[in-house]
Amino acid sequence: MSLDLDIHVKRGRFTLEVQITAPAGVTVVFGPSGCGKTTLLRSVAGLEPVDRGQIVIDGLDMTNRPAHRRAVGYLFQEPRLLPHLNVLGNLKFAQKMGRPVARQSFDEVIALLKLGNLLERTPFALSGGEAQRVALGRALLSAPKCLCLDEPLSALDQGLKHRILPYLERLRDLTDIPILYVTHDAAEMARLADHIVLMQAGRSVLSGPVEAILSDPAAVPYLGVRAAGTVISGQVMAPDPTTGLTVMGFDGGHLILPELNQTKGRNIRIRIPAQDIVLAREKPSGLSALNVFEGTITELHLGQGPGVMVQFKTGETLFLARVTQYSAQKMALSVGQNIFAIVKATAFDPAGIGT
Amino acid sequence: MSLFAVSPVELDALRLSLWVALVAVALSLPLAVAVAYVLARYRFWGHGLLNALVHLPLVLPPVVTGYLLLVAFGRKGTFGPVLEALGVQLAFTSAGAALAAAVMAFPLIVRAIRLALEAVDPRLEEAAGTLGASPIKVFSFVTLPLILPGLVAGAVVGFAKALGEFGATITFVSNIPGETQTLASAIYAVLQVPGQEAAVGRMITLSLILSFGALLLSEVLARKMVRR
Repeated sequence: MSLDLDIHVKRGRFTLEVQITAPAGVTVVFGPSGCGKTTLLRSVAGLEPVDRGQIVIDGLDMTNRPAHRRAVGYLFQEPRLLPHLNVLGNLKFAQKMGRPVARQSFDEVIALLKLGNLLERTPFALSGGEAQRVALGRALLSAPKCLCLDEPLSALDQGLKHRILPYLERLRDLTDIPILYVTHDAAEMARLADHIVLMQAGRSVLSGPVEAILSDPAAVPYLGVRAAGTVISGQVMAPDPTTGLTVMGFDGGHLILPELNQTKGRNIRIRIPAQDIVLAREKPSGLSALNVFEGTITELHLGQGPGVMVQFKTGETLFLARVTQYSAQKMALSVGQNIFAIVKATAFDPAGIGT
Repeated sequence: MSLFAVSPVELDALRLSLWVALVAVALSLPLAVAVAYVLARYRFWGHGLLNALVHLPLVLPPVVTGYLLLVAFGRKGTFGPVLEALGVQLAFTSAGAALAAAVMAFPLIVRAIRLALEAVDPRLEEAAGTLGASPIKVFSFVTLPLILPGLVAGAVVGFAKALGEFGATITFVSNIPGETQTLASAIYAVLQVPGQEAAVGRMITLSLILSFGALLLSEVLARKMVRR
């Protein structure tokens, strides 16, 4: 299943022109507010008219269909549960509205989102996080061929966000439909994205797999220096014998992480922000930092600011480190050079570690 | 003569009043929902005109409304020949009384429903659309349940108005006992004759009971809907 979009919308002085293909999995649409992310999602769902272009979902041309015949599930920033129905009524509403049966059965959705003990409640009696979970369940039960999630966690506080993210990760791993996900939050993007579309002023400026985009120095101006970094997927190995800390193997070596409650053999993904990597020309010794690995510089990128983005490769994994221009000059960094990267185990925020 | 010895003429008036009010509300309600929906949801050329037209019976002297009904639907009125061809007579009949009551109650019903419609969050309807609900289903399963309290309030206010309607009714259909004499026109009739205090008292008591009953019913319904 995939989503092929070619969308042209003109609203006064604002123009949205986007051509992207979103495969199955989560495609995060990232960009500053006002760049057209929400307009893009609303056009896909048929909530916003398109001046010209084509919206093809799973091989079906949906361009001229009204919203209710597009089979696009939409999760808005606010849950929008129907106040005259209880949770069960809201979930059944989606099933009753005439589309073919959902790919996920009712019981599967209840189990996935742990809605079992909420069914009899009214929407008013739900917390923000619970209501958003119900809204997600409702969207899944409407038999969508594609899901649009428009900053679904933006109205929730930080603690609640981290309680909902695992549900979204499970959803991503369980369904095979394309999911468009709009967010401002770099950590959210790193945890959920399979693909990333970077948008600016109504256009998609860069798109590709999450690992490639986040460690691409060219993406830094659009992502911001805080969001730039490396996303590594790997497997949990046996705990480090001497420290008892969690060890993750990846293509190029292994990383020692803070103690995680992750079982051996499980696939996890972590994000290392570019600013949390320290570079050295010689193999350092006597360090408190536990992770030291060797790599080859593949790209140096001078930005407008005082920093230099250094992309280097260890095994098949591309890393991104941010150092000052002064350091880069003093160390005489150049492409092709061997360097050592140093990462503290505590640089990994356990809340930012996904599956 | 006691307060409880209701005469057949008075009973007829009561029965006719109830019939007229129920038919008037039943006639007005679907059209009122449609007009309220159009007024609440769409902006178009003539919006103000439609709104004014709907509210006209509220501000016109009822006698004028009744006269205009006569001009339009009387036997020699604008639509008289059409009605005659269809075998329908409205002037001086109970059906005409129901029409007069419906016209007078219409603006009140539209107002109540329009207020309820404007309180419905259109984002809920949009969300229902993304779940696969067609516009008709959105209206039936989202909008209608959400405006139900307003609908009931409008119906009750309209019923009360229709029950008490006098001026337009007496102008359009006169005051014929057993045919067009409602409770209000019956009270008026007995007031014209001296020494009918007991009859007046009985019918005023009946009016009070009916109006109170309607108000109580609306309270009970409103409470039931809030509890759901």
